[in-house]
Amino acid sequence: MQVSSSIRPPLITGGKTLHDVTNDICRHVESKPNPTWLLAFGLSVLTLSYGLYNVYRTLWYGIGEWGLNKTVGWAWDITNFVWWVGIGHAGTLISAVLLLFRQKWRTSINRAAEAMTIFAVLCAASFILCHMGRPWVGYWPLPLPNTFGSLWVNFNSPLVWDVFAISTYLSVSLVFWYIGMIPDLSTIRDRATSKVSKIVYGAMSFGWTGGAKDWSRYESVSLILAGLSTPLVLSVHTIVSMDFATSVIPGWHTTIFPPYFVAGAIFSGFAMVLTLMIITRAVYKLEDYITIEHIETMNKIIILTGSIVGVAYLTEFFIAWYSGVEYETYCFINRATGPYWWAYWSMMTCNVISPQLFWIKKIRRSIAATFIISVIVNIGMWFERFVIIVSSLHRDYVPSSWAMFYATSVDVGVYINSFGLFFTLFFLFSKFLPVVNMAEIKSVLKSSSEIVPVSNSSSVHAH
Amino acid sequence: MSLTNKTYWRGIEELEQSPEFVKNAKQEFPDYLPSESENGGHYRRDFLKMMGFGIAAATLAACETPVRKAIPYLNKPEDVDATIPNYYSSTYMDGGDYCSIIVKTREGRPIKIEGNKNSSISKGAISARVAASVLSLYDKERFRNPMIDGNKTTWDELDSKLISSLSNIATSGKSIKIVSNTVLSPSLQNCINEFLVKYAGSSHIVYDSSSSSAILEANFKSFNVKALPTYDFLKANVIVSFGADFLGTWLSPIQFSKDYSVNRKVSKDKKTMSRHYQFETSMSLTGANADFRTAIKPSQEIAYLAALHNAIASSTGGTTIKDFAVTDSKMIKNAAKDLLDAKGKSLVVSSSNNVATQLVVNNINQMLGNYESTISINNKSFFKKGNDADVASLLTGDVGAVIFVGCNPVYDFPKSKELIAALSKIAIKVAISDRPSETTALCNYIAPDNHYLESWTDANPIEGKYSLGQPTISPLFKTRQSLETLHKLVGGTMDAFTYIQNVWSTKIFPTQSEISNFQTFWDKTQYNGVYEITLVSNALAYSFDTNFVSNALASSKSVSETEYTLYEKVGMGVGTQANNPWLQEFPEPISKATWDNYICVSKSFAKEKSLEQGDKVKLTSKNGVSIVLPILIQPGQAANTVSIALGYGRQNAGKVANGVGQNAFPLVNFVDGLATYAGVCTIEKTGENAPIAQTQTHQTMMSRPIVQEASLSDYVKDPFAGRYRPMIKTAEGEKAPESISIWDTKGLQTHNYNNHFWGLAIDLNSCTGCGSCVISCQAENNVPVVGKQEVINRREMHWIRIDRYYSSDNKEDKSIAGFTSMEDPSENPQVVFQPVMCQHCNNAPCESVCPVLATTHSTEGLNQMTYNRCVGTRYCANNCPYKVRRFNWFSYYSSKERGFSDVNPAHDAKENEGLGKMVLNPDVTVRARGVMEKCSMCVQRIQSGKLAAKIESRRPVDGEIETACSSSCPADAITFGDMNDPESRIYKLLSDTNKERAYHLLEEINVKPSVSYLSKIRNV
Repeated sequence: MQVSSSIRPPLITGGKTLHDVTNDICRHVESKPNPTWLLAFGLSVLTLSYGLYNVYRTLWYGIGEWGLNKTVGWAWDITNFVWWVGIGHAGTLISAVLLLFRQKWRTSINRAAEAMTIFAVLCAASFILCHMGRPWVGYWPLPLPNTFGSLWVNFNSPLVWDVFAISTYLSVSLVFWYIGMIPDLSTIRDRATSKVSKIVYGAMSFGWTGGAKDWSRYESVSLILAGLSTPLVLSVHTIVSMDFATSVIPGWHTTIFPPYFVAGAIFSGFAMVLTLMIITRAVYKLEDYITIEHIETMNKIIILTGSIVGVAYLTEFFIAWYSGVEYETYCFINRATGPYWWAYWSMMTCNVISPQLFWIKKIRRSIAATFIISVIVNIGMWFERFVIIVSSLHRDYVPSSWAMFYATSVDVGVYINSFGLFFTLFFLFSKFLPVVNMAEIKSVLKSSSEIVPVSNSSSVHAH
Repeated sequence: MSLTNKTYWRGIEELEQSPEFVKNAKQEFPDYLPSESENGGHYRRDFLKMMGFGIAAATLAACETPVRKAIPYLNKPEDVDATIPNYYSSTYMDGGDYCSIIVKTREGRPIKIEGNKNSSISKGAISARVAASVLSLYDKERFRNPMIDGNKTTWDELDSKLISSLSNIATSGKSIKIVSNTVLSPSLQNCINEFLVKYAGSSHIVYDSSSSSAILEANFKSFNVKALPTYDFLKANVIVSFGADFLGTWLSPIQFSKDYSVNRKVSKDKKTMSRHYQFETSMSLTGANADFRTAIKPSQEIAYLAALHNAIASSTGGTTIKDFAVTDSKMIKNAAKDLLDAKGKSLVVSSSNNVATQLVVNNINQMLGNYESTISINNKSFFKKGNDADVASLLTGDVGAVIFVGCNPVYDFPKSKELIAALSKIAIKVAISDRPSETTALCNYIAPDNHYLESWTDANPIEGKYSLGQPTISPLFKTRQSLETLHKLVGGTMDAFTYIQNVWSTKIFPTQSEISNFQTFWDKTQYNGVYEITLVSNALAYSFDTNFVSNALASSKSVSETEYTLYEKVGMGVGTQANNPWLQEFPEPISKATWDNYICVSKSFAKEKSLEQGDKVKLTSKNGVSIVLPILIQPGQAANTVSIALGYGRQNAGKVANGVGQNAFPLVNFVDGLATYAGVCTIEKTGENAPIAQTQTHQTMMSRPIVQEASLSDYVKDPFAGRYRPMIKTAEGEKAPESISIWDTKGLQTHNYNNHFWGLAIDLNSCTGCGSCVISCQAENNVPVVGKQEVINRREMHWIRIDRYYSSDNKEDKSIAGFTSMEDPSENPQVVFQPVMCQHCNNAPCESVCPVLATTHSTEGLNQMTYNRCVGTRYCANNCPYKVRRFNWFSYYSSKERGFSDVNPAHDAKENEGLGKMVLNPDVTVRARGVMEKCSMCVQRIQSGKLAAKIESRRPVDGEIETACSSSCPADAITFGDMNDPESRIYKLLSDTNKERAYHLLEEINVKPSVSYLSKIRNV
């Protein structure tokens, strides 16, 4: 039994017993879909359909449906891609790094965060495919043996690194998420009453018996996967940042990008987890599992990463001046004062100023304020990528080619598509899979619950 | 044991020795199995066979064999070999627009126009219009058969009907008018003359859409010669031009550019160049190239000229004329001084269509002793023969018939309303034209003309200089060339070829004595494309009509109202080729605008009227003619003036041209019977606006070392003058960028070119920005046309662009306000042009970022693009510091959306009948949607040049291989060659004669381009 400090606030409130935990989490999986869920899911599917129409236009007619031009070759597409990849960072961080550091508060949120990671990475991947001129040959950047002759990929290209980084990240996250879910799936299987549920959840739980050997292997695999995915937290966004950092374009060609992107990714990922968890805990009445302590802890991480990002912005400006490179100097002055000043100042306000409000305890512990700021942070992080990509490209070296980028409705539509996809998947997940890791909650219940439950017969069965 | 005792039997039948077995045992081949069983049914095996065959046959029958339209020659024509191009010398003519050309044909289709180096006029250069003319051949809107009253007819019927009606008119005493623009062809002129003889009361009216009548008149007054002189810019060390855009549109711009550029080049061995003053209203291509440019109102031109005249007269002892006060008298003083210093080697020109003005110009040149040196009146030129007063006779009098030969006065004659009214009273209206126009719409007889590439033609653009044009394809439609049609109308029976031969054998053959056999003479001329004789030039008697000038000057006064001028665009001209999408999408060299005309206003004017670019305004001339167009803020536009391009607003030219812009011809004024391309107007805001499709929207260089320039005096002192030579601070001290590498370059050269190393050197001092290379490249490389909206979306596809930068009054300032201020061009800026194509970097940023190796480096230094491999991530384009990569945003050749089928000649839409596709170069792939493309340095030309050399077991010789851009350049600004070949021009330029001026664009980022630029030198 682990000893926790008496001054540390409890992670689970409400005096839940082990049985309560099982009941609270499984209830949503087992019951009929509630009207709120149906409404939300319906809206998501509607959004997805509208988005898919725009994806169809892009795929059928060409990238010309977007507002890109010969000067600005990437805009919303890669902005959205980087944004979603960034959001996908929190999952791994919470599940892997915090697991290794034995941060117990992660137990309530890691499942949803991991799910969010996977869906976000899928959304990001959708932009990789959509932004290609010829998506039907979209598999060519994979180093596949082929019959085209001795054609191979270009290992010098950061886009190939991206392919490796994202696909590794997606597969490791997926395995980690799924393995973590097996004990819970078997709980659902054991409680299942309908035949279909029994078969489906039975198949999904991979013959989990709950024996000591199972648990032992489960623990080992979790630790190994955590160890494997920890470097990924750093590598994925580092590599994404290299798409820009290895180029020659002023505003992109910056060595600060890897740490700055990683910090930004954690920043936006945590904000997205907060946004979603605040909704989920309210809808599913999980206030006892996702407590204000969790929210506060995450807000602290947001202050930290937000400040790192802020320092990075200032450092870029300093270096632009200090380097004496006129193209770089102009690029940054243009960002702040040029035609895209509004994007730059949106980014600064949302990312640097708004999270500083969390220094005030009252705001940090306010659900409403947290929700609003978490949304603002993600708006800001979208602008950050937009600023980096568009404001650097639109005025680079040769002034004759300087141009403006104006988004079209299809640009917006394809972005909406990713929201549709994300929320459709997220709502499916929240209905059919356990949104909170029951097994791990139970493991911290004794040490970190508000009221240590009285051990009685009702609390030991069925878990 | 004996083996023979054993009997082996092959089957139960043999053992039993059944009668059937015994019967068949002896046969080598047994009978086939019976196909029918005893009871009449089929055996299973046969059923399966038949079913198998049936299914296979049905399946095969269902597959339609693709119909391939490539049919091999049944009888292969001599000289036509598949994949081998043939070249024919010919002549381009469009009114007075002339160029001697070489036509490249593939499998019998003309696909590219090159310049003819034998011509002493065009000297191997072409202009954008000439390069684009090949596409007009494949215009689907051309007339396809003769028509009477809008109904198809046969040539025989048309001829007989016309001959009888014309004869009736001639006998009835009514007049017959032949209307044409300048006729450069002696044979056509001869034929017209025969017509005039045959039909009593007939006359020939010659007018020019853009008239130079006044020069003809003035020369008549001065020299008693009613013709244009020949200008020799080659000999002119000081050039003063009043409004004459001689590099872009005035008289013979190809010739003038070629000559002008020779004197503008500098090198180690020639540190002198001509000096050029320009006084003009709107910023013209010529003004942009001038060393000193003064923006003047059109009404001030005579005052400035008078001032210059008097300054020179006072030094040379000539008669002075009335003096006016001019604003920029210092510039006039300087110009006068320079002219006087270069007496006999200077040139003053004016495009004014005012006789008095031209007389003053003549007198200045006479005082400077320029006649028969830089100007020859003895060697007349015939680019403009039109007489503005003549057309008026159409409007009055009893005209029975009118024949329009290749002209379109309903559109481009200023009094088109009166003309339309007059036409309605004329019974017989014949249009000899290859395509519909506003004029043909009002004619009852359509006699469709051949395109010039389908015709035998000849030309005499300058006295003593002749050229022949031969057809390069048989007529695509049931058309007949104008010469034959007119010849038929006088009852002739010859075809054009025989007719021209006859004219030549009687009139031109006798001018030489070298060749005694006409056929030999003809063959030689046809092969060379030109025949030229040198004429002796003697000074002619000169007189200066002081009274005439004084009277004119006395009545001229300064105008304070807003004035307008009308100008021609370098690409569009007067709009004869308006239905050519290449020319519509050709960025005008100065404004960089496509697909439109607009009202150019100065920055101060816009500010004063609180107008912004794209705001539509209504311009109303003093005569009450009004026009509504968006405005374009044009640096260099004279204060309180506006300018509008002619050649737009076509109504009946075809899908491409109709409705693009507005027709400005009605704004042409008649002053003393002469067309005047300026006037007084008022401007009103309409409140509407319309975007102008410009390919460049940022006007200044932001004080970056992009175009590096110096003054001639600085260059003489230090050949490195104006050069930016970046040094990078490293731990081992300052180093040149190219000497820094993260690789160990000592042991391992990153790029080693053992065989060839192709490169381009672009002399920014020679480049006039005319854009001939842009269209030449478009034709050579099948570059798609994308239409106005896509240009507005900044997606034009040209592989070579000409960047045009204006100077700014605001000097380099790296503060926030400073950067903003540097974006503002000066009110009257200096202008630089810089052609930018793929720089073929040897450390190419595009190559390293492509995930699929679709863009790679060749062993000869070329940056190659493999369209088949491209997946379209656009990363290469983003990472290109020069932004020269072009992406296929849509399927430009097949998309049914966005009107690409109307504008893109290569579009495979059904209604295009594949006509436009005939212009495609079969050596260059048409790019699919979603792939990147860019300049390949004409790799197909390099390849064919290398092959030709290889066949002869030698190395390619310098000059043998030329890129499309370098071969078309009228200023010889682009030099292509092998940088490994010490004998090549490019090698010498970069390592000897101009090495100090040579630089790479953005040297400091060390991408090591294969394209070098030579710095610009201004003679200031």
